[in-house]
Amino acid sequence: MAMLVSTTINGDATDFSCEADETLLDALRNRLSMTGVKEGCGTGDCGACSITLDGALVCSCLVLGAEAQGRSIETVEGMSDGEKLHPLQQKFLEHAALQCGICTPGFLVAAKVLLEKNPNPTESEIRYALAGNLCRCTGYDKIVRAVQDAAAQMRRA
Amino acid sequence: MQYLAPENTADAVALLSKSKGSVHVLAGGSDLLVRMKGGYVEPDVIVDIKHIKQMNGIKKTADGFIIGAAVSCAKLGEHVALRKAWPGVVEAANLIGSDQIQGRCTIVGNLCNASPAADSVPALIAANAVAVVHGPKGERDVDVAKIGTGPGKTSLKKGEVVESIRLPARSAKSADAYLRFTPRTEMDIAVVSAAVNLTLGAKGVIKDARVSLGAVAPRALLVPAAAKAIIGTTLDDAALAKLASACSAACNPIDDKRGTVAYRTKVAAVLGRRAAESAYARAGGKK
Amino acid sequence: MGKETPFTKREFKSVGTRPVRPDGIDKVTGRARYGADFDMPGQLVGLILRSPHAHASIKSIDTSKAEALPGVKSVITSKDFKDISKTDTELAEILENCMARKKVYYDGHAVAAVAAVDAKTARAALKLINVEYKLLKHVTDVDLAVANKAPVINRNCKTAGVDPAPTKASNISRRSEFGHGDVDKGFKKADVIIERNFRTEQSHQGYIEPHACVASVSPDGNGELWVCTQGHFVFRQQCAQMLGMDVAKLRVTSSEIGGGFGGKTHIWLEPVALALSRKANRPVKLVMTREEVFRASGPTSATSIDIKIGVTNDGIITAGEAELRYTSGPWGGSWAMLGAMTAFACYELENVKTVGLEVLVNRPKTTAYRAPSAPMAAFAVESMIDELAKKIGMDAVEMRIKNAAKEGTQSSYGPVYGPIGIGPTLEAAKNHPHMKAPLGENQGRGMACGFWFNFGGQSCTNLNIGIDGTATLTVGTIDVGGARASLSLVVAEELGIPYDKVKAVIGDTGSLGYNEMTDGSRGTFASSMSAIKSCRIAIEDMCARAAQIWDIPVDKVIWQDGHAHATGKNNNAPLSIAEIAATAEKTGGPIAGHAQIVADGAGVSFATHICDVEVDPETGSTRVVRYTVIQDAGKAVHPTYVEGQFQGGAAQGIGWALNEEYIYGEDGRLQNPGFLDYRIPVCSDLPMIDTQILEIPNPNHPYGIRGVGETSIVPPLAAIGNAVSNATGVRMTHVPMSPPRILDALEKHSEASDEEPAL
Repeated sequence: MAMLVSTTINGDATDFSCEADETLLDALRNRLSMTGVKEGCGTGDCGACSITLDGALVCSCLVLGAEAQGRSIETVEGMSDGEKLHPLQQKFLEHAALQCGICTPGFLVAAKVLLEKNPNPTESEIRYALAGNLCRCTGYDKIVRAVQDAAAQMRRA
Repeated sequence: MQYLAPENTADAVALLSKSKGSVHVLAGGSDLLVRMKGGYVEPDVIVDIKHIKQMNGIKKTADGFIIGAAVSCAKLGEHVALRKAWPGVVEAANLIGSDQIQGRCTIVGNLCNASPAADSVPALIAANAVAVVHGPKGERDVDVAKIGTGPGKTSLKKGEVVESIRLPARSAKSADAYLRFTPRTEMDIAVVSAAVNLTLGAKGVIKDARVSLGAVAPRALLVPAAAKAIIGTTLDDAALAKLASACSAACNPIDDKRGTVAYRTKVAAVLGRRAAESAYARAGGKK
Repeated sequence: MGKETPFTKREFKSVGTRPVRPDGIDKVTGRARYGADFDMPGQLVGLILRSPHAHASIKSIDTSKAEALPGVKSVITSKDFKDISKTDTELAEILENCMARKKVYYDGHAVAAVAAVDAKTARAALKLINVEYKLLKHVTDVDLAVANKAPVINRNCKTAGVDPAPTKASNISRRSEFGHGDVDKGFKKADVIIERNFRTEQSHQGYIEPHACVASVSPDGNGELWVCTQGHFVFRQQCAQMLGMDVAKLRVTSSEIGGGFGGKTHIWLEPVALALSRKANRPVKLVMTREEVFRASGPTSATSIDIKIGVTNDGIITAGEAELRYTSGPWGGSWAMLGAMTAFACYELENVKTVGLEVLVNRPKTTAYRAPSAPMAAFAVESMIDELAKKIGMDAVEMRIKNAAKEGTQSSYGPVYGPIGIGPTLEAAKNHPHMKAPLGENQGRGMACGFWFNFGGQSCTNLNIGIDGTATLTVGTIDVGGARASLSLVVAEELGIPYDKVKAVIGDTGSLGYNEMTDGSRGTFASSMSAIKSCRIAIEDMCARAAQIWDIPVDKVIWQDGHAHATGKNNNAPLSIAEIAATAEKTGGPIAGHAQIVADGAGVSFATHICDVEVDPETGSTRVVRYTVIQDAGKAVHPTYVEGQFQGGAAQGIGWALNEEYIYGEDGRLQNPGFLDYRIPVCSDLPMIDTQILEIPNPNHPYGIRGVGETSIVPPLAAIGNAVSNATGVRMTHVPMSPPRILDALEKHSEASDEEPAL
C-alpha cells in the first residue's frame, strides 16, 4: 500500500510516496534521487546511510519511510551552506580523509552530530562515536584527524 | 503491508489483537527491519508504538523508574538519575549497536526480540525488573526473565504488548554493572555477558546480590548460585573464585559462529568476576 | 616504455605536494555517482536467484510461473548464454560463475535471474522459480579438499604442472614450483631448523559499496553498461564475448568506485544484467545486497602452509622450503602460485624451494585481494623468522637485515633485483622511535616485512590542451582513491603548469584504447607513464607550433616551465601554453598528445611494519595499541594519499589477523555473510597508524614511481602474530588470531609449561 509522507528534508518541505514496508533509505534514494545517502549493508552495520531524523543520528536503512511523516531529515546534501563547505567537509578534503568516498557522507553526518553534542572530543570519544561508520580504505587515521581539526576550527569560530 | 501508528496503548492492543497474518510491533526497528531486509519476515501489519504517549518517557517514582517501551537507549544514557541508580542497566542498554542504533533501539525491543545475546536483558534480570504487559485481557506484570522463552520466542500472547519496564527503587550502597565480551570494541554481539546487581550492608559486606549471564544458554540466565557465592562476603578472592565457578557451571551454551562452548564457559567466569568487582566498587565497597 | 622514458633525477615542483583531490567536493557533498547511483529511463529492477546448497547438480529449472507474473519482463538462466566452454575455457568458467550451468558449486552460486518493473515484483518472481537440485557431497576446507576421500568438485580438473600429466581428476588444479639451489644441502648446513604448519582463513576485501550496474542492450547489438569496476575495458571485453556482442558496440562507463581492493577486478553480475536487458529490450539495474557480496563475489584464499626454515647460529638462513595450499573456489586460479613466488621474496637465499597448490573447494571463486596471496605466505615466513631469531638469541630485525635481499640478489621467484627497499625499510625500522618505546603489562611488540611485485601493462591516455592553456588528461584506469589527483600532479609537473589547470577524467571505453585494470598497484605507475608520454608528445607539438609562429627551426625551440623558449639570438619572448593554444587553429588545429604503452618495469615494493599489541590473558582479546608502517614508494606523487594506502592496507591486515574470516557450517553454507559477524575493524578498534615513506627511485619510471597500494597488507598478519607471541610467549599459527584461538593457545601453553620445566 503506497503512502504519502510529508517531511522536511534539509530545510525544504518535501513530500514523497512510498510503500508501507519501504525503508527511508530506499525512499530517499529511489523516490527523491538523494543518492548522497549510500547503502553499504541495509542492516545498520556500516553507517553509510546515516542521516538525522529530528536531529537524532540514525541509519536510514533501519527506518521506514512511513515513520518520517511530519519529521525533519538532514542528509549530507544539506551540509554545505551554498558554496561554503561545512568545516568537516573542508577538513575531510584537506586531510585526505576519504579514498573511495563511499563512506564519506555517513561519516560527515555522524561527525557533525558528534561535534554538536561534544565540541571538544578526545580521540577515543571520536573513535567510539564513529564506530558505527565503516571505512575500509583509510584505516580511520585521517578521518579522526580531520574530525579533530574540524572541531578545533569550529571551536575557534 | 499496513503501517499503523496508534496513539495510545489500548489502540495498539486492539490493532495487534484484531490484525491478521504476520503482525509486528515496531519500536526502534533495529531488529525488525533487519529481518525484513533479509526476507526472514514479511509483515502484513506493523504497529509503530512510538506515537504512544505512555510508552515515551522515563518516570522516576517512589517505587523506582518506569521506562516506556518506545524510549531509545540513547535517552536512557542521557537520564542522569537513571544512570546514577542503575549504571549497569544503562551501560548494557548503551552497548547495543552504534550511535546510529542507539538513537532508535529500545530495551523493550531488545527484550522482546528474545536473542540469548541481548545486551540489556541480563542487566534487567539482575536488576529484578518487571515488564508491564498490556493485552486484550488487561494489564499484567511479568518478571523480565520470563518474557524470553528461547531464541526469538517470547511468552507474550496474541495482542499483547509491553508498555514499559519497571525498575525497583534503590537502597543506599547499591549498584549494578554489566560487561560483555565482543571481539570488536563496538558494533558487535555479545559472545558472553554478565550482569551483577548488589547491595552492601555494614563494613562492605554484600547483603544482597543477583547475577545474570547472557549468551550462554537459550535465554539469559539468573544464576542464584553465583549470587550466593558472594552474599555475606566482602568480595574477597575466595568469594570471587566461587562466583566464577558458579558462573561457568551455569553455562549451557552452543558452538556457533560467535563462540565455542568452551570459550563461553571460561569467559562467563571472567566476566562474572569482573562485573561483580565493578558493581562492588560502584556500591562503595573498598577492597 | 620504461626504456623509452628512463628515470632521470630531477627537482619536482608539483609532484610530491599535497593538494586537495579534484573529485573531492563531489564526494563530500554526496554528488559523486557510484554504481548504484545511476538510473536509465525505463529501467527495470534485476534480481538473482542463488543456490542455498554448497554443491549440487541442477536437475531442472522451471521459470514459467515467474515469467507469467505481471510486471516481469525477462527471466534468464544459463540457457540464455551460449556455451563457450569449447572455445574459451577461462571465460566459460567466469560465465559459469555468473550463472550456473549444470551444477552449483557453492552457497550463493547464481542459478537464474529476473528483471521486473519494480523490486517487489522481482522479489515475488524469484520465489516462483522452481529449481530442482540433486545434492552432492561438498568440501570447503583446504586440507580436507586434498585428502584422500574428498569429493571431487570438478571431474574435468586434472592437476597441471605435474609431469607426467595425471589422468585422474583431482581437487588440485595446478602445481607450481619456484626456487634455486639445493634445499637439502642447505638444511644440512643449518644449526637450527624449524618446521611448522600455518593456516589462514578466507577473508573478504570488504569494500563498502556492493557491486552494482545498469545495463542496456538493444536488438541491434549495441549496448551500454554503467558499472562499478576496477577495469571497464576488461569488463567490456569479457562481457561482449560472453554475450556474443561486438566489443566495439558495448560501451562501458565506470562509475565512481566505492572500494575494490581487487574484488572489482572480476565480473559477477554484469553479464546477467546485459542478458536480462537484451531479453527485455529495456535497461536493467542490478545491485547486490551485502549478503550477496559475501556469498557470491570473490574473497581471497583460505590457506594451509607447511614450511621449514634452517639458520646457522649466526643468523644466516641456509634454506627455506614451503608447500603452500590455497583455495581457489570451484575453478583453478593462480593464487598458490603467487603465494609460492612471494613467500621468500624479501630475502637473499642460497637454497629455496616453494611449491604452490591450487585447491578447489565449494566456496565462492577466489579473487584478487590487495597483494593477492602474499599476506598468507608472509605470515608463515615472517612468523618463522622471528621464532628462529629467538631460538638463536638474535634480534629479529638484525637477523632480517642480515638476510635481506638487495640490488643484484636473485629473488626466490627468479628475477634478479634492481635497486630495492627491503634493507632501507629494515634500517628505518631499527632506528624508529617506535622500536624503543616502553611496553606496558600484557603488551608485546612485533615486526614483519612484506613484498609485492607491482604490475605494469597496457595503458592508454589522451592529453588535450584547451584554448585557454588548461589541460585535460583522459585515462582509462579507474580511480580507486586519489589517482586523478596524482595524475594531475604528473601532468602539471610535465607541462610546467599549476595543478589546478589540469583536469583528469576517466574515459569510457569509447574514448580510449584498451587499458588494463587498476590492479597490481599499477594505476598511478602505468597511467602516469602514459600521461608523461602524452605530455611529451603535446610538448613536442607545441614546440613545433612555436617554431612556426616564430618562423625559426624547431630545433631552436626548447620547453621550460610551461613555456616554449626560442634559443639563440632573437627577441622572441617565451610563449605560454595558453598563447600557443590560442592560435592553434592557425598552426595545425587542436593540440593533443595521445599515447599508448605497455608499461614495463614496475618496481617491486617492500615494507616493514612494527606493531604493539595488548592481550587480555583471561579472554584472549587482542588490541593493537601502536602501529607503524615503513614502505618504499619509489617517488610519492601525492604523499598524503601514499600514507593513506599504507594505513588502509595495514588496517585491512589487522582485521584479517585478528577477526575476519569466512565461517562455514557443516552444511557448507556461509554463516556470517554480513558486516555484523564478518568483523572488519571499526574506528574504535584501531590506533593511529604511523607512516614513514622511503623513496628509492624505480629506475624504470621517468619519475621513479613504484606502485604503493598493495604491499601494506602483506606484513600485518605476521607482525601481529609476532607481537602476540612476544606478549604471551605463545606462537600463533592460525589466522585470524581470534580471542577463542588465543585463549586456547594460552591454556595449552600453560598446561604444557606445568608439565615441563620452563626453558
